[in-house]
Amino acid sequence: MFTGEKIAELLEQLGVTHVVTVPDSTIGRWQSAIEERAATRLVRVCREGEAWQVAAGLYLGGATPLVLIQCTGLLESGDAIRNAIHDFGLPLFAIIGYRSYLNQDTIPGDTCLIFTEPTLDAWRIDYRLVSEPAQFDEIGAHRAACGDAGVPGAILLAEGKA
Amino acid sequence: MTATTTTETARTTGMSAKDALAAVHAARGARDIVITTMTPARDWMLLPPTPLDLVFVPSAMGGAPSMGLGLALAQPNRRVIVCNGDGSMLMNLGSLVSIVNARATNLVVIVFVNGTYEVTGSQPVPGAGVVDYAALARAAGFESVHAYASIEEWRSDVRHVIGAPGPTFVSLAVEPVHGQPGPKSPGPARERARRFMEALDA
Repeated sequence: MFTGEKIAELLEQLGVTHVVTVPDSTIGRWQSAIEERAATRLVRVCREGEAWQVAAGLYLGGATPLVLIQCTGLLESGDAIRNAIHDFGLPLFAIIGYRSYLNQDTIPGDTCLIFTEPTLDAWRIDYRLVSEPAQFDEIGAHRAACGDAGVPGAILLAEGKA
Repeated sequence: MTATTTTETARTTGMSAKDALAAVHAARGARDIVITTMTPARDWMLLPPTPLDLVFVPSAMGGAPSMGLGLALAQPNRRVIVCNGDGSMLMNLGSLVSIVNARATNLVVIVFVNGTYEVTGSQPVPGAGVVDYAALARAAGFESVHAYASIEEWRSDVRHVIGAPGPTFVSLAVEPVHGQPGPKSPGPARERARRFMEALDA
Protein backbone atom coordinates (compact mmCIF):
# COMPACT_ATOMS: atom_id res chain seq x y z
CA MET A 1 0.00 0.00 0.00
CA PHE A 2 2.88 2.35 0.83
CA THR A 3 6.44 2.43 -0.43
CA GLY A 4 9.37 2.10 1.91
CA GLU A 5 10.56 5.52 0.87
CA LYS A 6 7.26 7.09 1.86
CA ILE A 7 7.22 5.34 5.23
CA ALA A 8 10.89 6.13 5.90
CA GLU A 9 10.33 9.80 5.15
CA LEU A 10 7.33 9.86 7.49
CA LEU A 11 9.23 8.17 10.31
CA GLU A 12 12.00 10.70 9.96
CA GLN A 13 9.50 13.55 10.07
CA LEU A 14 8.02 12.04 13.23
CA GLY A 15 11.41 12.01 14.89
CA VAL A 16 11.64 8.23 15.13
CA THR A 17 15.23 7.36 15.99
CA HIS A 18 15.04 3.55 15.96
CA VAL A 19 12.74 1.10 14.18
CA VAL A 20 12.77 -2.23 16.04
CA THR A 21 11.48 -4.89 13.74
CA VAL A 22 10.76 -8.42 12.65
CA PRO A 23 9.70 -8.38 8.99
CA ASP A 24 6.81 -9.79 7.09
CA SER A 25 6.33 -9.69 3.34
CA THR A 26 4.82 -6.19 3.44
CA ILE A 27 6.70 -4.27 6.12
CA GLY A 28 9.90 -6.13 5.37
CA ARG A 29 10.07 -4.35 2.03
CA TRP A 30 10.53 -1.07 3.87
CA GLN A 31 13.81 -2.04 5.50
CA SER A 32 16.25 -0.82 2.88
CA ALA A 33 14.55 2.55 2.63
CA ILE A 34 14.59 2.96 6.41
CA GLU A 35 18.25 1.97 6.55
CA GLU A 36 19.11 4.66 4.03
CA ARG A 37 17.87 7.36 6.39
CA ALA A 38 20.67 8.66 8.57
CA ALA A 39 18.28 9.79 11.29
CA THR A 40 16.57 6.45 11.74
CA ARG A 41 18.34 3.24 12.72
CA LEU A 42 16.89 -0.15 11.94
CA VAL A 43 17.25 -2.67 14.79
CA ARG A 44 16.59 -6.26 13.75
CA VAL A 45 15.48 -8.61 16.51
CA CYS A 46 14.67 -12.31 16.53
CA ARG A 47 11.17 -12.31 17.96
CA GLU A 48 8.46 -9.72 18.37
CA GLY A 49 8.29 -9.79 22.17
CA GLU A 50 11.93 -8.85 22.11
CA ALA A 51 11.10 -5.84 19.95
CA TRP A 52 8.94 -4.30 22.66
CA GLN A 53 11.64 -4.77 25.29
CA VAL A 54 14.32 -3.26 23.08
CA ALA A 55 11.97 -0.36 22.38
CA ALA A 56 11.41 -0.01 26.13
CA GLY A 57 15.14 0.31 26.72
CA LEU A 58 15.45 2.80 23.90
CA TYR A 59 12.64 4.90 25.32
CA LEU A 60 14.10 4.83 28.83
CA GLY A 61 17.39 5.93 27.30
CA GLY A 62 15.84 8.98 25.69
CA ALA A 63 15.36 7.69 22.14
CA THR A 64 12.15 7.65 20.12
CA PRO A 65 11.60 4.06 19.03
CA LEU A 66 8.92 2.50 16.88
CA VAL A 67 8.02 -1.20 16.87
CA LEU A 68 7.38 -2.57 13.38
CA ILE A 69 5.94 -6.10 13.37
CA GLN A 70 3.17 -8.25 11.97
CA CYS A 71 0.00 -9.04 13.91
CA THR A 72 1.13 -12.63 14.45
CA GLY A 73 4.05 -11.17 16.36
CA LEU A 74 1.70 -8.97 18.33
CA LEU A 75 -0.01 -12.14 19.50
CA GLU A 76 3.29 -13.52 20.85
CA SER A 77 4.26 -10.20 22.44
CA GLY A 78 1.78 -10.15 25.29
CA ASP A 79 4.05 -10.38 28.31
CA ALA A 80 6.48 -7.85 26.90
CA ILE A 81 3.65 -5.41 26.17
CA ARG A 82 2.20 -5.90 29.64
CA ASN A 83 5.54 -5.19 31.23
CA ALA A 84 6.73 -2.29 29.10
CA ILE A 85 3.46 -0.45 28.62
CA HIS A 86 1.50 -1.30 31.73
CA ASP A 87 4.10 -2.04 34.44
CA PHE A 88 6.68 0.57 33.46
CA GLY A 89 4.16 2.89 31.79
CA LEU A 90 6.14 3.51 28.63
CA PRO A 91 4.12 5.06 25.77
CA LEU A 92 5.49 2.88 23.00
CA PHE A 93 4.15 3.10 19.47
CA ALA A 94 3.93 0.40 16.81
CA ILE A 95 3.02 -0.17 13.21
CA ILE A 96 1.50 -3.62 12.97
CA GLY A 97 0.88 -5.40 9.70
CA TYR A 98 -2.65 -6.84 9.60
CA ARG A 99 -2.22 -10.13 7.78
CA SER A 100 -4.94 -11.19 5.33
CA TYR A 101 -7.12 -8.14 5.95
CA LEU A 102 -7.38 -7.26 2.27
CA ASN A 103 -7.09 -10.71 0.81
CA GLN A 104 -7.40 -14.22 2.28
CA ASP A 105 -6.28 -16.11 -0.81
CA THR A 106 -3.04 -17.20 0.81
CA ILE A 107 -4.54 -18.18 4.17
CA PRO A 108 -8.31 -18.73 3.83
CA GLY A 109 -10.04 -18.22 7.15
CA ASP A 110 -6.94 -16.58 8.65
CA THR A 111 -7.62 -16.39 12.38
CA CYS A 112 -5.51 -13.25 12.62
CA LEU A 113 -8.68 -11.48 11.54
CA ILE A 114 -10.49 -12.81 14.61
CA PHE A 115 -7.92 -12.16 17.30
CA THR A 116 -5.81 -9.15 16.34
CA GLU A 117 -8.15 -6.28 17.15
CA PRO A 118 -9.51 -7.82 20.38
CA THR A 119 -5.90 -8.33 21.45
CA LEU A 120 -5.07 -4.68 20.90
CA ASP A 121 -8.17 -3.77 22.87
CA ALA A 122 -7.20 -6.16 25.66
CA TRP A 123 -3.78 -4.53 25.94
CA ARG A 124 -5.45 -1.10 25.91
CA ILE A 125 -3.48 0.06 22.92
CA ASP A 126 -5.18 2.90 21.09
CA TYR A 127 -5.01 1.91 17.43
CA ARG A 128 -6.17 3.11 14.05
CA LEU A 129 -6.86 0.78 11.17
CA VAL A 130 -5.32 1.98 7.92
CA SER A 131 -6.82 0.00 5.05
CA GLU A 132 -6.43 2.25 2.02
CA PRO A 133 -3.77 4.60 0.65
CA ALA A 134 -5.89 7.70 1.26
CA GLN A 135 -5.43 7.15 4.99
CA PHE A 136 -1.68 7.68 4.90
CA ASP A 137 -1.81 10.91 6.85
CA GLU A 138 -3.60 9.14 9.69
CA ILE A 139 -0.37 7.33 10.54
CA GLY A 140 1.49 10.49 11.41
CA ALA A 141 -1.53 12.11 12.97
CA HIS A 142 -2.16 9.19 15.33
CA ARG A 143 1.52 8.89 16.22
CA ALA A 144 1.62 12.59 17.04
CA ALA A 145 -1.59 12.43 19.05
CA CYS A 146 -0.34 9.49 21.11
CA GLY A 147 2.98 11.22 21.64
CA ASP A 148 1.29 14.40 22.83
CA ALA A 149 -0.93 12.44 25.18
CA GLY A 150 1.91 10.23 26.41
CA VAL A 151 -0.01 7.05 25.71
CA PRO A 152 0.84 3.88 23.80
CA GLY A 153 -0.60 3.50 20.36
CA ALA A 154 -0.50 1.59 17.13
CA ILE A 155 -1.33 1.69 13.47
CA LEU A 156 -2.90 -1.50 12.21
CA LEU A 157 -1.89 -1.61 8.58
CA ALA A 158 -4.06 -3.75 6.31
CA GLU A 159 -2.08 -6.26 4.28
CA GLY A 160 -2.83 -8.84 1.65
CA LYS A 161 -3.18 -6.89 -1.55
CA ALA A 162 -0.38 -6.33 -4.03
CA MET B 1 42.45 -13.14 32.07
CA THR B 2 39.64 -15.39 30.91
CA ALA B 3 38.82 -18.36 33.09
CA THR B 4 36.88 -21.17 31.50
CA THR B 5 34.97 -23.90 33.20
CA THR B 6 32.92 -26.92 32.37
CA THR B 7 29.31 -27.08 33.37
CA GLU B 8 30.09 -29.98 35.69
CA THR B 9 32.54 -27.75 37.50
CA ALA B 10 29.92 -25.05 37.60
CA ARG B 11 27.49 -27.36 39.33
CA THR B 12 29.87 -28.40 42.03
CA THR B 13 32.13 -25.45 42.68
CA GLY B 14 30.15 -22.35 41.88
CA MET B 15 30.57 -19.10 43.70
CA SER B 16 28.05 -17.25 45.83
CA ALA B 17 25.76 -15.08 43.70
CA LYS B 18 25.91 -12.41 46.39
CA ASP B 19 29.70 -12.35 46.26
CA ALA B 20 29.67 -12.26 42.47
CA LEU B 21 27.26 -9.34 42.46
CA ALA B 22 29.28 -7.51 45.07
CA ALA B 23 32.24 -7.73 42.72
CA VAL B 24 30.18 -6.19 39.92
CA HIS B 25 28.96 -3.51 42.29
CA ALA B 26 32.50 -2.63 43.27
CA ALA B 27 33.76 -2.59 39.69
CA ARG B 28 31.02 -0.63 37.94
CA GLY B 29 31.76 2.88 36.82
CA ALA B 30 29.83 5.86 38.14
CA ARG B 31 28.08 6.34 34.79
CA ASP B 32 27.33 2.66 34.21
CA ILE B 33 23.76 1.42 34.04
CA VAL B 34 23.09 -1.88 35.81
CA ILE B 35 19.96 -3.89 35.05
CA THR B 36 19.16 -6.79 37.38
CA THR B 37 16.43 -9.39 37.25
CA MET B 38 15.35 -12.52 39.13
CA THR B 39 17.92 -13.87 41.63
CA PRO B 40 20.50 -11.20 40.75
CA ALA B 41 17.85 -8.54 41.38
CA ARG B 42 17.03 -9.95 44.80
CA ASP B 43 20.66 -9.95 45.87
CA TRP B 44 21.55 -6.66 44.13
CA MET B 45 18.97 -4.88 46.26
CA LEU B 46 21.00 -5.84 49.35
CA LEU B 47 23.79 -3.59 48.06
CA PRO B 48 23.83 0.22 48.19
CA PRO B 49 21.61 1.52 45.35
CA THR B 50 22.43 4.16 42.75
CA PRO B 51 20.06 6.14 40.50
CA LEU B 52 21.42 4.21 37.50
CA ASP B 53 20.24 0.85 38.83
CA LEU B 54 17.26 -0.53 36.98
CA VAL B 55 15.79 -3.37 39.00
CA PHE B 56 13.78 -5.21 36.38
CA VAL B 57 11.05 -6.37 38.73
CA PRO B 58 8.35 -6.94 37.66
CA SER B 59 9.93 -8.34 34.55
CA ALA B 60 8.83 -9.77 31.26
CA MET B 61 9.93 -13.28 30.40
CA GLY B 62 13.66 -13.07 29.78
CA GLY B 63 13.46 -9.45 28.69
CA ALA B 64 16.40 -7.95 30.57
CA PRO B 65 19.05 -8.39 27.82
CA SER B 66 16.66 -6.87 25.30
CA MET B 67 15.95 -3.88 27.51
CA GLY B 68 19.70 -3.59 27.98
CA LEU B 69 20.21 -3.58 24.24
CA GLY B 70 17.78 -0.72 23.85
CA LEU B 71 19.47 1.26 26.60
CA ALA B 72 22.91 0.58 25.14
CA LEU B 73 21.84 1.86 21.73
CA ALA B 74 20.16 4.94 23.19
CA GLN B 75 23.07 5.71 25.54
CA PRO B 76 26.20 4.83 23.56
CA ASN B 77 28.44 6.77 25.92
CA ARG B 78 27.46 4.69 28.91
CA ARG B 79 28.19 1.06 29.67
CA VAL B 80 25.12 -1.09 30.27
CA ILE B 81 25.54 -4.18 32.46
CA VAL B 82 22.75 -6.76 32.53
CA CYS B 83 22.75 -9.29 35.39
CA ASN B 84 20.53 -12.11 34.23
CA GLY B 85 19.58 -15.58 35.42
CA ASP B 86 20.11 -18.74 33.40
CA GLY B 87 16.40 -19.50 33.33
CA SER B 88 15.72 -16.00 32.05
CA MET B 89 18.49 -16.31 29.47
CA LEU B 90 16.91 -19.49 28.13
CA MET B 91 13.65 -17.63 27.59
CA ASN B 92 15.30 -15.13 25.27
CA LEU B 93 18.30 -16.75 23.64
CA GLY B 94 17.58 -14.87 20.43
CA SER B 95 18.52 -11.67 22.21
CA LEU B 96 22.16 -12.77 22.07
CA VAL B 97 21.98 -12.73 18.30
CA SER B 98 20.18 -9.38 18.26
CA ILE B 99 22.83 -7.85 20.54
CA VAL B 100 25.69 -8.92 18.30
CA ASN B 101 23.82 -7.89 15.17
CA ALA B 102 23.26 -4.41 16.62
CA ARG B 103 26.98 -4.08 17.45
CA ALA B 104 26.20 -2.92 20.98
CA THR B 105 29.81 -2.49 22.03
CA ASN B 106 28.83 -0.91 25.35
CA LEU B 107 26.70 -3.83 26.55
CA VAL B 108 27.76 -6.52 29.03
CA VAL B 109 25.49 -9.52 29.67
CA ILE B 110 26.32 -11.48 32.82
CA VAL B 111 24.42 -14.73 33.32
CA PHE B 112 24.29 -16.21 36.80
CA VAL B 113 24.15 -19.93 36.14
CA ASN B 114 22.70 -21.88 39.05
CA GLY B 115 20.78 -24.48 37.05
CA THR B 116 17.49 -23.70 38.71
CA TYR B 117 14.47 -21.47 38.62
CA GLU B 118 15.46 -20.39 42.09
CA VAL B 119 12.73 -17.81 42.63
CA THR B 120 9.95 -20.32 41.93
CA GLY B 121 11.27 -22.99 44.26
CA SER B 122 14.46 -24.22 42.64
CA GLN B 123 13.00 -26.38 39.91
CA PRO B 124 15.74 -27.32 37.43
CA VAL B 125 15.97 -25.28 34.25
CA PRO B 126 15.98 -27.23 30.99
CA GLY B 127 19.48 -28.36 30.24
CA ALA B 128 20.75 -27.83 33.78
CA GLY B 129 24.28 -29.11 34.00
CA VAL B 130 24.50 -29.56 30.26
CA VAL B 131 24.09 -26.18 28.57
CA ASP B 132 27.30 -24.22 28.02
CA TYR B 133 26.19 -20.58 28.04
CA ALA B 134 29.58 -19.25 27.02
CA ALA B 135 29.51 -21.52 23.98
CA LEU B 136 26.01 -20.30 23.13
CA ALA B 137 27.26 -16.73 23.25
CA ARG B 138 30.23 -17.53 21.05
CA ALA B 139 27.97 -19.25 18.58
CA ALA B 140 25.75 -16.17 18.53
CA GLY B 141 28.74 -14.08 17.50
CA PHE B 142 30.03 -12.65 20.78
CA GLU B 143 33.79 -12.24 20.59
CA SER B 144 34.33 -11.19 24.20
CA VAL B 145 33.18 -14.24 26.17
CA HIS B 146 34.21 -15.22 29.68
CA ALA B 147 33.25 -17.95 32.13
CA TYR B 148 34.08 -18.18 35.81
CA ALA B 149 33.40 -20.57 38.66
CA SER B 150 35.89 -19.07 41.11
CA ILE B 151 35.03 -15.92 43.01
CA GLU B 152 38.69 -15.10 43.38
CA GLU B 153 39.24 -15.15 39.63
CA TRP B 154 36.03 -13.19 39.00
CA ARG B 155 37.03 -10.54 41.53
CA SER B 156 40.43 -10.32 39.94
CA ASP B 157 39.12 -9.93 36.39
CA VAL B 158 35.75 -8.21 36.67
CA ARG B 159 36.92 -4.64 36.21
CA HIS B 160 38.87 -5.51 33.09
CA VAL B 161 36.13 -7.73 31.68
CA ILE B 162 33.32 -5.19 31.96
CA GLY B 163 35.57 -2.35 30.88
CA ALA B 164 36.71 -3.91 27.61
CA PRO B 165 34.94 -3.21 24.30
CA GLY B 166 31.96 -5.48 23.82
CA PRO B 167 29.43 -6.73 23.41
CA THR B 168 30.63 -8.89 26.25
CA PHE B 169 29.15 -12.07 27.64
CA VAL B 170 30.03 -13.52 31.04
CA SER B 171 28.85 -16.85 32.45
CA LEU B 172 29.20 -17.13 36.23
CA ALA B 173 28.68 -20.49 37.87
CA VAL B 174 26.88 -19.74 41.11
CA GLU B 175 25.55 -21.97 43.84
CA PRO B 176 21.76 -22.17 44.02
CA VAL B 177 20.25 -20.99 47.27
CA HIS B 178 17.17 -23.00 48.07
CA GLY B 179 14.18 -21.72 49.95
CA GLN B 180 14.71 -18.04 49.28
CA PRO B 181 11.83 -15.85 48.09
CA GLY B 182 11.90 -14.20 44.71
CA PRO B 183 12.83 -10.55 44.35
CA LYS B 184 10.28 -8.04 45.57
CA SER B 185 9.65 -4.93 43.53
CA PRO B 186 11.42 -1.99 45.17
CA GLY B 187 8.48 0.26 44.35
CA PRO B 188 6.03 1.22 41.62
CA ALA B 189 7.69 0.50 38.29
CA ARG B 190 6.31 3.65 36.61
CA GLU B 191 7.77 5.89 39.26
CA ARG B 192 11.09 4.08 39.14
CA ALA B 193 11.16 4.41 35.34
CA ARG B 194 10.60 8.15 35.64
CA ARG B 195 13.36 8.57 38.21
CA PHE B 196 15.71 6.43 36.13
CA MET B 197 15.15 8.61 33.07
CA GLU B 198 15.80 11.70 35.16
CA ALA B 199 19.05 10.17 36.38
CA LEU B 200 20.15 9.59 32.79
CA ASP B 201 19.47 13.24 32.01
CA ALA B 202 21.39 14.48 35.02
